[in-house]
Amino acid sequence: MTVAKQAIETDHLNHGIPFDASVFENININKSAVERRAATLPARRTVKKNWQAAWLLKAVTCIDLTTLAGDDTKGNVTRLCAKAKNPIRKDILEALGMENSGITVGGVCVYHNLIPFAKEALQGSNLPIVAVSTGFPAGNNSFEDKISEIKHSVAAGAKEIDIVISRDLVLENRWEELYHEISEFKKACGDAHMKSILATGEIPTYTKVYKASMVAMMAGSDFIKTSTGKESVNATLAVSLVMCRAIRDYFEMTGTKVGFKPAGGIQKAKQATDWLILIKEELGDEWLNGNMFRIGASSLLGDIERQLEHHVTGAYSAGFRHPMQ
Amino acid sequence: MTYGPAPENASEAYKFLDKFEKKFPLFINGEWQKSDSEVFIKTFNPSDNSELAEISTGSPKDVDDAVKAAKNALKPWVALGGHGRAKYLYAIARQIQKHSRLFAILESLDNGKPVRETRDIDIPLVARHFYHHAGWASLMETELPDYQEVGVIGQIIPWNFPMLMLSWKIAPALAMGNTVVLKPAEFTSLTALLFADICKNVGLPNGVINIVTGDGKTGAEIVNHPGVDKIAFTGSTEVGKIIRKSIAGSGKKLSLELGGKSPFIVFEDADLDSVVEGIVDAIWFNQGQVCCAGSRLLVQESVAEKLYSKIKKRMEKLRMGNSLDKCIDIGAVVDQTQWNTIDGYVKKGIEEGNQIWQPTWECPKGGQFYPPTLFTDVPAASIIAQEEIFGPVLVAMTFRHHKEAVSLANNTRYGLAASIWTENINLALDIAPQIKAGTVWINSSNVFDAASGFGGYRESGFGREGGKEGLFEYVKPKVEKDFLENAPKVKISKTKTAFNPSGIDKTAKHYIGGKQVRPDSGYSINITSPWGDYIGEMPEGTRKDIRNAVEAAAGSTSWGSMTGHARAQVLYFIAENLSSRAKEFAEKIALMTGQTLNDAEKEVEVSIQRIFNYAAYADKYDGQVHSTTSKNVTLAMPEALGILGIVCPDENPLLGFISLLLPALAMGNNVVIVPSEKHPFSATDFYQILETSDVPAGAVNIITGRKEELASEMAKHFNIDGLWYFGSKEGSEKVEALATESMKRTWVNYGKHRNWLDSKHGFGEIFLRNATQIKNIWIPYGA
Repeated sequence: MTVAKQAIETDHLNHGIPFDASVFENININKSAVERRAATLPARRTVKKNWQAAWLLKAVTCIDLTTLAGDDTKGNVTRLCAKAKNPIRKDILEALGMENSGITVGGVCVYHNLIPFAKEALQGSNLPIVAVSTGFPAGNNSFEDKISEIKHSVAAGAKEIDIVISRDLVLENRWEELYHEISEFKKACGDAHMKSILATGEIPTYTKVYKASMVAMMAGSDFIKTSTGKESVNATLAVSLVMCRAIRDYFEMTGTKVGFKPAGGIQKAKQATDWLILIKEELGDEWLNGNMFRIGASSLLGDIERQLEHHVTGAYSAGFRHPMQ
Repeated sequence: MTYGPAPENASEAYKFLDKFEKKFPLFINGEWQKSDSEVFIKTFNPSDNSELAEISTGSPKDVDDAVKAAKNALKPWVALGGHGRAKYLYAIARQIQKHSRLFAILESLDNGKPVRETRDIDIPLVARHFYHHAGWASLMETELPDYQEVGVIGQIIPWNFPMLMLSWKIAPALAMGNTVVLKPAEFTSLTALLFADICKNVGLPNGVINIVTGDGKTGAEIVNHPGVDKIAFTGSTEVGKIIRKSIAGSGKKLSLELGGKSPFIVFEDADLDSVVEGIVDAIWFNQGQVCCAGSRLLVQESVAEKLYSKIKKRMEKLRMGNSLDKCIDIGAVVDQTQWNTIDGYVKKGIEEGNQIWQPTWECPKGGQFYPPTLFTDVPAASIIAQEEIFGPVLVAMTFRHHKEAVSLANNTRYGLAASIWTENINLALDIAPQIKAGTVWINSSNVFDAASGFGGYRESGFGREGGKEGLFEYVKPKVEKDFLENAPKVKISKTKTAFNPSGIDKTAKHYIGGKQVRPDSGYSINITSPWGDYIGEMPEGTRKDIRNAVEAAAGSTSWGSMTGHARAQVLYFIAENLSSRAKEFAEKIALMTGQTLNDAEKEVEVSIQRIFNYAAYADKYDGQVHSTTSKNVTLAMPEALGILGIVCPDENPLLGFISLLLPALAMGNNVVIVPSEKHPFSATDFYQILETSDVPAGAVNIITGRKEELASEMAKHFNIDGLWYFGSKEGSEKVEALATESMKRTWVNYGKHRNWLDSKHGFGEIFLRNATQIKNIWIPYGA
């Protein structure tokens, strides 16, 4: 059982390409067929026993451990960061023979004003701080404010910026404006990775999801991300399938690999493996790591930890047995 | 990051085999009964070639026992009534759900198909089928009040969907009050035997279901047993033809669900990534051993290369392995013989110079594994583009535009299913009716449901399974028992009707392509009255006249493309024009048949009424929207057969002719009709009515002559889609036998007579049903 030790690479940034509507304007996504594929995919693939444990450990390394609440304080963010550095109880890792693997989650995701606390708590680790930005979650503040928010977050120590796109530009098919908006965000990010949140729960069709994905990648997004977690419908396998196919098309066109981040509603270990299966099947093993794939989640880690304990002991676990985040 | 093994535990399935000490008897009359043959067939797990069990080879005596048991069970089973039968069907459905995993695993072991498929597709559909038909049992008296059971049904099913095909056969048969002798396929009998076991659990009355395992000989015993009233067969076209020939003229009802070479049509605006998954569902479902597999990929030239490359990438990711592994897409093919057949075709495909592509991974060892295979740019003339391979082999070719797509799609002897991929609903719904196939899936493939009828056009067989349309395979009209052994007696008039008072010679001709034409032979046949007087000549039609008539019918598309309303107007006009010449027609009938003028006038009057009634039906026999899977509109459309041959009875020269011609026309068929041989002149006078009633040329073609000879010619003709024959018992047999090769739909009277004046005999929906076949079009939707 091996989990590739991950180091954050900085050399696979997506530099984007000039806007070209012809890349996506004739695309049509068939919803029924996409949903059929998404529904049958977890039934076609499964992992059991040692493989399941390995896949779950892999999932841990892909989590952006997240708190995005109005009542976030230094206290709970500090606790979250401690959990991010040591996501799995030590005795479980020992039983799995993984005690020296240095397993951590993929990143810690907070609002801008919590960055300094996270930075302090994460000192001595390679864990990136992810800051949501550009007027998250609705993105309805001024463009200038959005740019300055990004810059401030980068200056405060965020290594990854999760921006939200302007949904009105998608609804009104103003693709070139969307491209320019995201391009400017990317410039503001500098060396920080940029993840573009499409908020797919507010995009009415899969065809538009595909187009928005493509525009976001053309404009230099290093990741595309499904949701803020605040829409009424968050990450689904079907919408992820559409976005992954867009990522594949972009890669075939440019040779650049863009990462993918589903977020919102992924709470169970089984869901995490479903998404890993989706990534493996639709994008390939090269995407199966924390550099190319993240899951934005707050409660998922707890369930994975319980499942891993079950794997080790053969008895179903309980939440209170694992340190809180 | 690899997947690792994820095997299903098969211990419960092996326990079931052990319960019978791996040596299965037959299930007859509610009991496990030792076969009298003492010959056993070994059945293997195709994933590892291990022996699973032995099954009995049903002997002639075993089959006879089973048929007798079914016969004895019939009366009380019918007497239970719809609700009584529904309770049993419901119990069976429940039992299948309660033991679903056992069925799924045993099926997967025996057949080699992935347990994902048996668990998620086959067995749930089996339960669904029994539920659905429990409902039809309840509703039979309300929904089919004029129909009754057929009797003892012999059913022979294939190895590719052992349980699903069992349910498709048994559920409707039982619902409609029939009893059953079923022979599972010799490679895959185990789940049928498990099914017999649960029939015992639900206390199904003895003899209602009998399971007789065995080989082709056992099947032949069932087919030819005189106590069997109907045969339902699913399997190869080759065996289907043998069955049809061997029961020709026996009066046994027959439904055949046979082979296919179904087109999978991809237009340039399709969602290509979804198309790829559709292809996986179409040809790599059940190792491609699916009669309706989308095995011929037709792709628009503009996107062909792009699609081929996507398919190849996807093929690399397919996983193959032991059928019980929950993490595979493709299992083993059923048997070494099937593996060899597939390999033979693939080798032929290579020899023919076609481009072959297979994934780089290697098949597992030790079982019947055949790699998924793609041939690209295959010409239509290639053997692999024409023959059913029944394996994981996709044959691709390109088309330029939609017209060529339709031509290529229909360039096959088969007609089971088709799949059409486009994001343009206008295009999809234009193409779907043009494809000669019983099922058309838009932007999907291999979707099934009990509420939708499944079955073929052309050499893919006839009859439907599922939906209301499927029930008619398992019922017969109650009125059939009133049909007469002899034609109704004509009351001969005491006074002779005057012959040709004008004194001008009248020449009857054939009517072909809207023109009156002399017979190719140059011969005529004298026609005399019952008093022995000469009354005229009819042209002696030959095979060449039939050929010309069929060509005229084939070349005329206007009638079939008219709306129901437009056809109705023409039919009403025919009635109007006949009515204004009613007296003349009545006199001719009286002269030919010798009946009183009064009776002849009555025949004309009923004829006019009948024309009205079919004109009324022209825009009202209009299909259904089936309640199938969610987010899916399933349209069941009755489509004209195409070219319909009709051989009229001798009696009632006008009314017999009208009663058969009109329903065929109302449904939009082009007709080649042979009128009464004895009294042909009502029909030859009738073409003047047709000419004055705006009937398009080629829609009706009338050939007079020797009916048996002409019937044989029509039965053999490959471009006639259906043939109705009303004549002798021997003639009926001949028509059924000769129609085998072309697989045309036949409807014959086995020498029985109808009283055409009685609307219960001579009119009704059954005529329309025989003039049409149901096409189910599946249209998934989602914004």
